Amino acid sequence: MSHYALTIHQAQEKLRAREVSAVELSQAVLNRIQDTDQHLHSYLTVCAEEALAQAETADRTLANGVTPPPLCGIPIALKDVILAQGVRSTAGSKILEHFVSPYDATVTQHLKEAGAVIIGKVNCDEFAMGSSNENSAFAPCRNPWDTDRVPGGSSGGSAACVAADQTCAALGTDTGGSIRLPAAFCGIVGLKPTYGRVSRFGVVAYASSLDQVGPCTKDVRDCALLLEVIAGYDPRDSTSVNRPTPSYTAHLERGVSGLRIGIPQEYFIEGMQPEVETAVRDAIAHLSTLGAEIVPISLPHTEYAIASYYIIAMAEASSNLARYDGVRYGYRAAEVEDLGALYQTTRAQGFGSEVKRRIALGTYVLSAGYYDAYYVKAQKVRTLIRQDFLSAFEACDIIATPVAPTTAFRLGEKLADPLTMYLSDIFTIAVNLAGLPGLSVPCGFDQHGLPIGLQLIGRPFDEEALLQAGYAYEQDHDWRARKPPL
Amino acid sequence: MRITPDEVRQIATLARLSFTEEELTELTQHFDTILTYVDKLGELQTDSVEPTAHAVAVSAPLRDDVVTNTPNAAQTDALLANAPSRKTHFFRVPKIIE
Amino acid sequence: MPYESVIGLEVHAQLLTESKIFCGCSTRFGAAPNQHTCPVCLGLPGVLPVLNKKVVDFALRAALATHCTIAPTSRWARKNYFYPDLPKGYQISMYELPIAEHGHVEVAALRPDSGQAQGQAKKVCLTRIHMEEDAGKSIHDAEAGASLVDLNRTGVPLLEIVSEPDIRSAAEAGHYLRSLRTLLQYIEVCDGNMEEGSLRCDANVSIRPQGNAELGTRTEIKNLNSFRAVEKAIEHEIQRQSEVVEAGGRVVQETRLWDADREVTRPMRSKEFAHDYRYFPDPDLLPLVVDQAWVEHVQADLPELPAARRARFIHDYGLPVYDAEVLTARKDVADYFEASVRACPAVPKVVSNWVMDSVLRFVKEEKLDAALKIETWPCSPEHLGMLIGLIQDGTISTTIAKTIYEEMRQTGHPPEEIIEAKGLRQVSDTDTLQAAITEVLTANPDKVEAYRGGREKLLGFFVGQVMRATQGKANPQMVNTLLRQQLSQ
Repeated sequence: MSHYALTIHQAQEKLRAREVSAVELSQAVLNRIQDTDQHLHSYLTVCAEEALAQAETADRTLANGVTPPPLCGIPIALKDVILAQGVRSTAGSKILEHFVSPYDATVTQHLKEAGAVIIGKVNCDEFAMGSSNENSAFAPCRNPWDTDRVPGGSSGGSAACVAADQTCAALGTDTGGSIRLPAAFCGIVGLKPTYGRVSRFGVVAYASSLDQVGPCTKDVRDCALLLEVIAGYDPRDSTSVNRPTPSYTAHLERGVSGLRIGIPQEYFIEGMQPEVETAVRDAIAHLSTLGAEIVPISLPHTEYAIASYYIIAMAEASSNLARYDGVRYGYRAAEVEDLGALYQTTRAQGFGSEVKRRIALGTYVLSAGYYDAYYVKAQKVRTLIRQDFLSAFEACDIIATPVAPTTAFRLGEKLADPLTMYLSDIFTIAVNLAGLPGLSVPCGFDQHGLPIGLQLIGRPFDEEALLQAGYAYEQDHDWRARKPPL
Repeated sequence: MRITPDEVRQIATLARLSFTEEELTELTQHFDTILTYVDKLGELQTDSVEPTAHAVAVSAPLRDDVVTNTPNAAQTDALLANAPSRKTHFFRVPKIIE
Repeated sequence: MPYESVIGLEVHAQLLTESKIFCGCSTRFGAAPNQHTCPVCLGLPGVLPVLNKKVVDFALRAALATHCTIAPTSRWARKNYFYPDLPKGYQISMYELPIAEHGHVEVAALRPDSGQAQGQAKKVCLTRIHMEEDAGKSIHDAEAGASLVDLNRTGVPLLEIVSEPDIRSAAEAGHYLRSLRTLLQYIEVCDGNMEEGSLRCDANVSIRPQGNAELGTRTEIKNLNSFRAVEKAIEHEIQRQSEVVEAGGRVVQETRLWDADREVTRPMRSKEFAHDYRYFPDPDLLPLVVDQAWVEHVQADLPELPAARRARFIHDYGLPVYDAEVLTARKDVADYFEASVRACPAVPKVVSNWVMDSVLRFVKEEKLDAALKIETWPCSPEHLGMLIGLIQDGTISTTIAKTIYEEMRQTGHPPEEIIEAKGLRQVSDTDTLQAAITEVLTANPDKVEAYRGGREKLLGFFVGQVMRATQGKANPQMVNTLLRQQLSQ
């Protein structure tokens, strides 16, 4: 097995046994990027020099003989909305094309403290707005299983680079499904933690009440491992929650015996790709054979989730993106004569069309006369959606659904109609509105050889149950053995 | 149509964006589609429902009143390094007219 | 037609915290441009705010001191607008649920700076008090065609205190603002310096026909950076609106700037964009919960308020009502008085006279009202107390004391030192005085004759001569007694 294909936990073992050095591992990953990225465009910035320097430091630590930190020498890629000091961070936007962050995100700090090697910054939809990665201002990232297809978005680069073995693991962000959808489309494991579990400090904001950073990994154990490193209260993020982080790896093998798994009728809809439904139902049946109890449940307000989500997300985005004005950093339109032109031309030229569309819509729903009808209404529906889940969790411990109604679609297929694109997130969005954890685990392939994802949704702060169930399922199905044809 | 191109233009100005006529026509169409779609929220009776602004129900944490950033020239330089236009340690913008 | 003016003030008070409201940068005034900034207050991508607890403590103090109802849960909102000195493109403020509402300020019947009567005492009601972050500063005249932006002030905590439209004249607006400033100084949350911008004021002004209950269209006046500007601008704006209406026109709702040089208000040119602040709850900040225990804690720590101090001055020091009002109208003056009394506890009324006559006069003459530096006043309150003590024990005369005070004010030296250095100690030695008296009487035989012949008023003349001969140091009472003795011999 080539070094670049290693999972985190495999690499940990080999590094600690000195079977491979951190420099060798990073170099293998860098070579893999070099060899494959012209087909994928996963990476926006490769930090070759810094990565090798960090790997050398890791090798010295590993040679010391003392127990190394958990990610010592392990290459990790960051979605380009996650800031790393001294590294260009574009958020997939022209407006930040040359922005070099003067500070580290809290999750970046956690990774560095855990000894990780930051291998590079990966592609995403501009400001994480999109479901296909086609909204990247630089180049659309492509699906490793079929490069005519999208990797899903917005963390398309994070999922694609993990699936294509261009890193051991990556971090993504998930606002309405932006980790889980690409994870499903690319056949990897992706987790959106409970809102407040992971710090958002240093993560370029899209919709602040929904955004959450999470792991994109090759298997569930890696997911648990990476979550352990990045989770925890951050005094710099007022919305991060002050409660202890459990050891997710310690109890990973607990199994699903006695676990009640809720199946919401609203998540198996007409028009779903039949292979997706079959694969997901098979996965649920398998969990049942492992001792889980299957419980039919209802989440009655599901069909209102997308409308509620887009109003809230666009409103928050319109305000979050006001800071990109060409004054303190970022792109500034050339030869503007007055302040009005500075703002309007800079923003018209610096932002892509989807971002502008969301800013405009968000501005509209917050404007005088529409605030109550749209924004407040959407927040009230958010309450109903959250209540749906909380009552469902009286009857079950976790919920199982498909991640998306279809497998990866073709580039350009949904670009013309924004609403059709928004509907890709139909099964993932409610989880963000309710602030719950959601895990995407590979559960098969369709006839074109495209991966299918199973979504597991948990109670607030119960990532453990999701990881345990995902791990139990994964032990019996090594979908991971199949590799994308690159 | 739910909204006219002129209204969209006004919104664009409020958001400090600008669009070509062609873009504006397309955007107005998108506004219409999306606003029609989100109208489905009107089907729900929500008079007695409290709005949710935050997914977590805890109160704001507080910090002590302590200065933790001691100014130094190197740090200021790093913070200003991304500025498109500067004069010494000021940001420079086209003349502001009050 | 006689018009009534209707005025409400929005006051922004910079809070005296060490660090900014949402980050750990210093709030200190006067640093090099952008020195007191960090990723958070520069609005870099990815940053998040964390609330400074002291800001809430101070807001609660102000709320308690103005008799407001305190909200158990208040909420942060974003006020969205674009301006180069507003890094995030929104200001974090409070909108739907402010921390405090429905209070009032008692406007004192005396002007805090001069102690002069200013009409009837009255209550001005407060609509609300809320916390928010300050914006940065733009410099417009440093370069042709460009403005320069300094964000040191960005994120300095502010209290916005909004009054009801209860004010009826420009003068009353000034009185309200002075009383509010006094209150904020008493509770030690704001230094109240209008010139440096730590206290700022916008005025909402409208007029209506006398007796009408309905409000007229109002204008908002900005750029009022002194008490004089507040009064002048409101006066001018009332006049302007009356002229518009008299001429058959209508007042336009708009924001106007006060031009202090030309003494006119003019419409702001930059407001071509209709204002729509699109307030919504800030998703980065959770609701602020203030429980009863917190309120009680702040209440227990609340410094004494002007009214209580006034009552205490009357009761404890036996001061007349007038003295108590003048002295307590400014916290620093009241503090000065009490420190002086501690150095000379026997005669508070005499101390009061000294503080009112001398200290306040100089405070006014030297414009300390603006700079507010009574703590750095060269003549310390302890020295003033000592000086009065020296009069009381007969060491110096009141006349000499005035001279010594002048010296103390200029040099900051203690009175004893000045007395010793200048030999100003009062002469109470009988032999010395007798000798001086004999000399005066010998030099004026005709006046001695006249006195003895019944012109007793000449006693004053002799006293004056003796005082002059002793450079004013003679004990006047003893001179009197000894003179009478010698003249009757």
